[in-house]
Amino acid sequence: MNYGPLLFLAAFFALASSWCGLVLAPQLQVGQLQQTNTLSGGATYPLGRPGEAQQGLQVYRANGCASCHSQQVRQSRTVCDVVLTEAGTNQAALIPALLTLKCGTVPTEAEQHAAATAKGKPPARIQDFSEPEARELLAHLPQPVRQGLTREEANADVKALTAAGAKALIWIVPIGPDISRVWGLRRTVAEDFLFDYPVMPGSQRIGPDLANVGLRLPDANWHLRHLYAPRLYEKGSTMPPYCFLFEKRKIETEPSPEALTLPPELAPEPGYEIVPKQAAKALAAYLTSLRADASLFVAPLVAASAATGTTTNAPVASEPGSTNPVPANPPPK
Amino acid sequence: MSDTPSFAPLPAVAPAEGDASCRFPLLLMFFCAACWLVLASGFALISSIKFHSPTFLAGSAWLTYGRVHTAYLNCLLYGFCLQAGLGVALWLLARLGQTPLAQPWLVIVGTLVWNAGVKLGVFGILWGDGTGFEYLDMPGYAAWIIMLGYLLIGLAGVLTFHQRRERQLFVSQWFIFAALFWFPWIYATAELLLVRSHVRGAAQVAIWAYYNANLSTVWFPLVGLAAIFYFIPKLAQRDLHSRYLALFVFWMLILFGGWTGVSIGAPLPAWMPAISTVATMLLAVPLLAVALNVQRTLGGNWGKLRANAPLQFITVGAVALLLAWLAKIVCAGVDEAYPVSLTWLTPAREQLNSYGFFSLVMFGAIYAILPRLTHAEFPSRTLVRVHFWLALFGVLLVVVPLAGAGIVEACRLHNPDTPFMSVVKSTMPFLRASTTGDLLLALGHFIFFINVTALAVRFYRPRVAGAYADATADLSPAVAKL
Repeated sequence: MNYGPLLFLAAFFALASSWCGLVLAPQLQVGQLQQTNTLSGGATYPLGRPGEAQQGLQVYRANGCASCHSQQVRQSRTVCDVVLTEAGTNQAALIPALLTLKCGTVPTEAEQHAAATAKGKPPARIQDFSEPEARELLAHLPQPVRQGLTREEANADVKALTAAGAKALIWIVPIGPDISRVWGLRRTVAEDFLFDYPVMPGSQRIGPDLANVGLRLPDANWHLRHLYAPRLYEKGSTMPPYCFLFEKRKIETEPSPEALTLPPELAPEPGYEIVPKQAAKALAAYLTSLRADASLFVAPLVAASAATGTTTNAPVASEPGSTNPVPANPPPK
Repeated sequence: MSDTPSFAPLPAVAPAEGDASCRFPLLLMFFCAACWLVLASGFALISSIKFHSPTFLAGSAWLTYGRVHTAYLNCLLYGFCLQAGLGVALWLLARLGQTPLAQPWLVIVGTLVWNAGVKLGVFGILWGDGTGFEYLDMPGYAAWIIMLGYLLIGLAGVLTFHQRRERQLFVSQWFIFAALFWFPWIYATAELLLVRSHVRGAAQVAIWAYYNANLSTVWFPLVGLAAIFYFIPKLAQRDLHSRYLALFVFWMLILFGGWTGVSIGAPLPAWMPAISTVATMLLAVPLLAVALNVQRTLGGNWGKLRANAPLQFITVGAVALLLAWLAKIVCAGVDEAYPVSLTWLTPAREQLNSYGFFSLVMFGAIYAILPRLTHAEFPSRTLVRVHFWLALFGVLLVVVPLAGAGIVEACRLHNPDTPFMSVVKSTMPFLRASTTGDLLLALGHFIFFINVTALAVRFYRPRVAGAYADATADLSPAVAKL
């Protein structure tokens, strides 16, 4: 085969195939994505970021923050928790049913690691409680009664509890090292970036993952101080200080309310103050807007953690026998 | 595979005539590439020192880590790798086609335009105009200029291929011809969809992955392997072991290489990472084919390596390519169970690919080509040898510590009980060790720059002096009278 045109066609088709696969198909599938509804509450997700946060995204881009910070939380898999929502009237049947539930068999990430390194104690989980504990539990519903189950085990447990006249449902809990680290509540999905340009999921974790930093650290002032002097909060931080996003100003009549409160070794000389420039304020607004905590059809999540449980993930009372609220709420077309 | 040409070819030109047509354009390209390399290592050193002291040059927005590091990557990629790769490709096309370089002025203008584009792009990155897509960071206004420069150079390449006098194709021509079309397609796709018109949401991640994989896993190997399959047999004075094995590598590479970019954790539908992982696994097949072909071609004549610096560069580059592919396959394999894609292993792999493999092969090729272009030896053979050792140890001292940091980071991040700061601290000794590697590389680049410049000066000095003497010959009596 010594013809240039034939060679050209070969290269053309090879290139066109991967182009169709990784440019055209994603554009048709992910590029046409619309807003969706959250599972609990049905709120529209995602909402566009506020204007200042969008400016902050551009500051984030311009300074190459994505060189050091990823915005993609991974989950190893999901496990199920059984949650008792209503005790019903037949406590005599329910208590024995509760006591016979077997404990979960799916080890969590930390347990796997503990088993692998043969040191460290497994984390505490609700299991094998005594009768007085069971009664105490019934007084404070809804309560998770079993954690870390496979779907089949959870279904069996819910069946047993329902037979005893109670109402129970299944929480889907994503697990993985990132989630145990509280970097996110669930894995990052395409929806989280719907209105962002550019999308910077990052390629490295020289610094911590920021997919959910707005949830972890919701205080914009914290971010401003941290941007100005990262070692203020973390002694050995390798993050460079972004002093160029701030200006030192002479205090004219009275101190600006925006001025940073700094410890004496970092504070400017008397009569001066450190004030964030617009770029710093925008960046802090962007960072606090980073929160991917909505429960979605593609990434269901019912966080058991008290921090967020009330706002987005309160268990919804369901029909007796309904084992899982998740498939009942497909995303709107 | 052989067939009769449809028309009688022109008589082949002597290699010397082909070289003469390539001389100025290629010297210009290699000189510019060497300049970018020196600049790139300066940026690399600055960003590396920031791991010793985060406050180093932190007061200036221009020199913040995110910008300097990005500028470094782009200088290396667009300033050196692509430019040197194109130069070597043009020379191979002319030499293998036994034809002079077609339209050398296109190459000269193209190189000037290309370098203007890269300059503007790097300036844009430092100024804060980077696009935010790694390896595609040059702002849109520079990208157009770069594209124009590429098209001019690429056109000369295609014309050279078309006017070849030897109709029988050698494998390297396949690789290069495909590479010539590959780059404008992927670059235009990425620029148009990511920078010019913004596709929505996470589709950007997929398109970025497509560009990145096609550049680092297809374009680099296409050009690098073209040089490897030409120069190793040539310099070792043996025949290429198997032409069919080389063509098999070509097919595997262009069919599957472009699919390999999406990592498992990417926020995309699961079929994309899945298909990428499968395609990455398939790279094992061309890997074995390349290894076999190179090993059989050298045929145990490792002794020849010592005598021949360009061959040393290219052979080490070929080994680095195999290691880089192996690392890519292993990382893709374990990523599901042990997330490694967001650790230092990724830059370690990428350095091994773009530096250990591609740049070393390009050094070897340039060291082999330049004496032929100028009919002169390098002023100091020792300096070429010193560059080889600096480059080799530099690559080792960058890649091995970074890979070590990546493994430590992956293992420790996997245990959620380890505080993140403690993970960062445990990677620091590795990162600081890699600064030594960066330093050696910077020295090596400086020596490469000296070597290229010295040869160009050696060639042009007598000619310029002669021309000057001719031009001023009439003047001297007049000057004497004054």
